[in-house]
Amino acid sequence: MNAQTKEHIIKAMDKNIRFDGRKNDEFRPITIQYGASSTAEGSTRVQFGDCEVIAGVKLGMGKPFDDRPKEGVLMVNAEMLPLSNPKYEGGQPGNDAIELSRVIDRGVRESHMIDNEKLCIKEGEKVWMVSVDISPINSDGELFDIAAFATVAAIKDAVYPEIVDDKVDYHKKTNTHLPIQRVPVSITIYKFGNNYVVDPSEREIGAADARLTLAFTEEDEIVAMQKGGETPFDINEVDTIIALAKKKSRELRALLK
Amino acid sequence: MTSSLIVEAKQICVPGETIAKGMDFLPAQGTSREGENIISNKLGMVNVNGRLISVIPVSGKYIPKRGDTIIGQVFDVTMSGWRVNINCAYAAMLMLREATNEFVPRNQDLTRIFNFGDLMIAKIENVTSQNLIDLTLKDQGLRKIQGGQTIKVTPSKVPRIIGKKGSMVSMIKKATKARIIVGQNGLVWISAEDPSMELLALNTIKKIEENAHISGLTDKIKEYLEEIVGPINFDENEHENASEEQTGENNEQQ
Amino acid sequence: MSSNKKRHSGRSVEETRPISARVGVVKNADGSAEFKIGNTTAIAAVYGPRELFPKFMQDPSKGVLRVNYNMMPFSGDGERVRPGPSRRSKEISQVTKLALLPFLDLTKFPNAVVDIFIELSETDAGSRCAGICAASMALAHAGIEMKDLVGAVSCGHVDGQVMVDLDGEEEHTPNVHVADIPIAMAPRLGKISLMQCDGFVTSEQLKEAIQKVKPAIEKIVEVQKQALKDYFKGELK
Repeated sequence: MNAQTKEHIIKAMDKNIRFDGRKNDEFRPITIQYGASSTAEGSTRVQFGDCEVIAGVKLGMGKPFDDRPKEGVLMVNAEMLPLSNPKYEGGQPGNDAIELSRVIDRGVRESHMIDNEKLCIKEGEKVWMVSVDISPINSDGELFDIAAFATVAAIKDAVYPEIVDDKVDYHKKTNTHLPIQRVPVSITIYKFGNNYVVDPSEREIGAADARLTLAFTEEDEIVAMQKGGETPFDINEVDTIIALAKKKSRELRALLK
Repeated sequence: MTSSLIVEAKQICVPGETIAKGMDFLPAQGTSREGENIISNKLGMVNVNGRLISVIPVSGKYIPKRGDTIIGQVFDVTMSGWRVNINCAYAAMLMLREATNEFVPRNQDLTRIFNFGDLMIAKIENVTSQNLIDLTLKDQGLRKIQGGQTIKVTPSKVPRIIGKKGSMVSMIKKATKARIIVGQNGLVWISAEDPSMELLALNTIKKIEENAHISGLTDKIKEYLEEIVGPINFDENEHENASEEQTGENNEQQ
Repeated sequence: MSSNKKRHSGRSVEETRPISARVGVVKNADGSAEFKIGNTTAIAAVYGPRELFPKFMQDPSKGVLRVNYNMMPFSGDGERVRPGPSRRSKEISQVTKLALLPFLDLTKFPNAVVDIFIELSETDAGSRCAGICAASMALAHAGIEMKDLVGAVSCGHVDGQVMVDLDGEEEHTPNVHVADIPIAMAPRLGKISLMQCDGFVTSEQLKEAIQKVKPAIEKIVEVQKQALKDYFKGELK
């Protein structure tokens, strides 16, 4: 992004105004649709303004890891689909897709959202494997928060398929949801000059200097954190950022059914 | 067989749709004749001009035309000039000699003049048969533009946004005190001191784009603006010069 | 078997599943659309015409069409589908391209490319046809010159009975002869651009399938047409 455009955006943010009418700490309008994919065991289609993603949960049976014979297996994967933005080239996942996947995974895993031991069917032999895939439909601006939100909502939405003759019958769904202990909510605060901004759109995000993603539990405990962007934070600002993120996480949490 | 219009003028038609029957009509842009029928080849609005039936696209990229004034963004810097994105299928080229009259020593770093991401208003000097597009800055009002933001609209809506003799865009400028330049290629540059006014100008232009086919649009847009900024002292017959007519830009405001 | 036999879903042999279509789903794209038939949903986005790299792929006489068909990992009938191209998705990309290309005019865009990306968010048979239907609308929305809209649906044969738009359950009917016959057509021109068959079918049944599919595709094209027009409704927004 060229310097003058960046300056133009930040000057407005200095006045707490953005070019879509939002204040610095406002999300774009959020919609969430559950059951977005009939083939997924749980799924959501989420919009933050023009940014839209689908998150889908698939459950399968498989062998546990050798060092965790009593635990189910969780995997979170985000793809930057070329469908969703002309800047994505497709092919092997790039560093940004990998970072996004791992940051979301960390929030879900470290919060122990799913009681992994309850996913065990037969110790050392058979456990439930939970895969969550995030597919952007229109990638507009920041993805960390929308993807994490869609992921967590899809996991809550998921139900077990039936087991018939020791095999999964994907055509028969039970009414049993996954064993959920905690619901992590992720918020990313972006630094634009001296402003702390939430949910930047595609027009804005090129002007960001740095970002900090934090995942909170219901009890405001932090379970995951990631700093991104080229500009360092001052030691003294981290507290302010965490406080803002905590406040916004409650707003997002209220939208989960 | 008597000729008849199956799809009325100003209605939307889709590819493959029969617009008219009968040999009295002639197929023009966006249409073709099949037997006795005129068929649409594009998604667009039916336009009837005497016997000529054409389809005006309501979406799609800009088709570059010699003489058009456009807004472009630099995406590559070469030894002899810059490659510019102008919202069409091909990149345009601005050669050094078309950018400035000043003497520039060889091997000078060209990013001092235009850097990656810089915006400009330029004119299309030439479009070759191989779709090479040459730009020039050597005309009144052409230059680098700084700050502000650009939005993209469908190129076919540009005349509506500018209005007759620039009347529509002048009204928006008066109401919002924003600087606005409308490129023929569908890129519109907006810049205002007050971000909420810049936002209003942006939303107004989007509204015009979405409702370009409505009649009496100028009055409806005036109403929309006045609801927010109060009464606008606006004379539709205000004089605008030729380059403003192309871009809706008033040079005096710079 | 009488042609009035009802199917497990209650449909007649000539009926497709419920269809819905929407244009403009991917705002970043030059054209886009979503097409849903039963529980199969395809989203298509068109980017282009735009410059094509690498240069050796350019065609100096006309624009090139590239299609990429992909299933979202949770969209498969059973287990999770590993992301990335498979042999099946590459074949579908290829036949989809050939289903659309004959009806496009890309001569005004030499050396350029029109990219179509198709993603399936859920599949229950008929996914390549849904992809073609979505792509056809997306191309029109992108302002590409087209001779006609293209519709596609499968016409299959189950246990001696020819029927339109097989769903997943019908496709997997056990212990009988089944054939899945996807067909794409520009109905006004009466030209078939996609025709495949997977399974057991007599030449009589194949002829019958092609006859039965035409009215179904005409209905699909009407839905596509309406979705494109609805996107540009004539009221002040």
